Amino acid sequence: MTKESQAQPALEIKNLSFSYGKQNVLEDIHFTVPQGSFLGLMGPNGSGKSTLIKCILGLLTPKEGSIKLFGKPIHQFHDWNKIGFVSQKANSFNSGFPATVFEVVSMGLYGKVGLFRFLTKKHKLQVREAIKQVGMEDFIHQNIGQLSGGQQQRVFIARALVSEPELLILDEPTVGVDAKSVQNFYNMLKRLNKERGMTLILVTHDIGAMTEYITDVACLNKCLHFHGNKEEFELQQEDMMSSLYGHDVRVITHNHDHHDHDHTHDHDHDGSGH
Amino acid sequence: MIQVFFQFDFLRYSLYTGLMIGFLAPFLGVFLVVRRLSLIADALSHITLTGIAFSLLLGRFYPLFAGLNPLYMGMAFSVTGALFIERLRNVYKYYKELAIPIILSAGIGIGVVFISLADGFTNDLFHYLFGSVVTITRTDFQMIGVISAVVVVLIVLFYKEWFFLSFDEDQAVISGIPKKALHFIFIVMVALVIAASMRIVGILLVSALMTLPVASAMRWAKSFKQTFLYAVIFGEVSVVLGLVLALHFDIASGGTIVMLNVIILLISLLLTRKRM
Ligand SMILES: Nc1ncnc2c1ncn2[C@@H]1O[C@H](COP(=O)(O)OP(=O)(O)O)[C@@H](O)[C@H]1O
Ligand SMILES: [Mg+2]
Repeated sequence: MTKESQAQPALEIKNLSFSYGKQNVLEDIHFTVPQGSFLGLMGPNGSGKSTLIKCILGLLTPKEGSIKLFGKPIHQFHDWNKIGFVSQKANSFNSGFPATVFEVVSMGLYGKVGLFRFLTKKHKLQVREAIKQVGMEDFIHQNIGQLSGGQQQRVFIARALVSEPELLILDEPTVGVDAKSVQNFYNMLKRLNKERGMTLILVTHDIGAMTEYITDVACLNKCLHFHGNKEEFELQQEDMMSSLYGHDVRVITHNHDHHDHDHTHDHDHDGSGH
Repeated sequence: MIQVFFQFDFLRYSLYTGLMIGFLAPFLGVFLVVRRLSLIADALSHITLTGIAFSLLLGRFYPLFAGLNPLYMGMAFSVTGALFIERLRNVYKYYKELAIPIILSAGIGIGVVFISLADGFTNDLFHYLFGSVVTITRTDFQMIGVISAVVVVLIVLFYKEWFFLSFDEDQAVISGIPKKALHFIFIVMVALVIAASMRIVGILLVSALMTLPVASAMRWAKSFKQTFLYAVIFGEVSVVLGLVLALHFDIASGGTIVMLNVIILLISLLLTRKRM
């Protein structure tokens, strides 16, 4: 990445508001994600996290405000292959779909390859490389529906990675994934961020498990309750958490060695929200 | 048994047409099934019936139209119906499947009115409903040939986009794939293929040729590409054998084709133990 492009933030949001019909879901959101940072975006269920992500991806049009991607207003932005996305819904895709891991990951290149063009040998190598990177090479010709939730999620990550995005957005990617895979998964994200300088936005409501990987935190509940770097967040986190979730909620900073059932608990009530 | 198809021109046309239909219908059927839209084939075939009936009615009262191939009107109605379905699916965003019974019943209702006005159920109509080996004309054959060529070119061009859209629409849109245009092209294509298939399998059974081979194929296939391969093989086998049987026993070809598809499906279910 060159110095010039680094000058532009990967994402810049200014007084953004959004509503589904009359129901205001996002109000006056303001924040910036510099290139090379790793933002944890947190908030309770229904706080508008997925809605915000959909606005950033251009799937929803905000009522007010502006979104800039790599310095370009969103309606003028065409470099969509710079952006990778792993959706929350990935877990509830049509699991009977008769496609192999290889075919699914190939989709990640379709946008880049473009209309009226076909995948070349080189593209196919890239697909294999991405599959290897997430450790799924043994399953390359398996049907996607026959894999476990965690394995499927890794395949979707590979699909997002194969086009070598500069900004990777993940919406609650660990829902339905077992605790051990979650740790591996976070480690992989950390490597992408540190070694490749990839900008990451990770939506989660379990920030505790993330604190050692991320660089910045944003707390959302309709409005933005906090945005700053991790150190600032740690100083105020008790206040933050109670203002976000109500009283008596403390962040438990998980460590690597014991996987308690906090994870599974979180994932349970996650699944019901949508 | 199959040699007889080469002795008469009209049988040769039905065999060639059958081969094209045996490819097109299951091929498009794969996309319909994975998008959970297999019932759209039913809705469109019934609206095609309306078009056919309208054409027969016109032909009865205006000699000018008597010479017109009812397929044209069938196609026009089918494509219009397809556009209505897309429209209705947007209107009833949360009840997308509602579009299908609306178009289906409208198609049959209006069709029946036209048929009654045109003086009832003629032999002609029976062929349109259930297919026939002996009624394919040279113009049918040529028209279906053109449709096949167009559809094959479109599939080659947009295969990867339709695959992506069927699997994960949001992701496909994010990566810059023009969803609306491609859905539009696709549904028009389905409408054309349904109208084209009608001579061979009949209006009431077209949807079977689009879905049954796919249902069997999904039992065997290990990938998306293989699903097409198996679906097309099953489609072709059922059409060719079905035409031969229909001719030999003098039965409506739609019936024999669907029967063979049911047999293939049963065998597939018995021999594979995959949970979908
Ligand atoms: N398609 C939709 N139509 C109407 N309301 C919606 C839609 N999607 C989400 N909402 C509402 O918007 C709010 C925020 O939802 P969402 O962005 O999914 O929250 P989160 O991802 O933080 O759980 C919720 O109250 C939800 O009910
Ligand atoms: Mg969400």
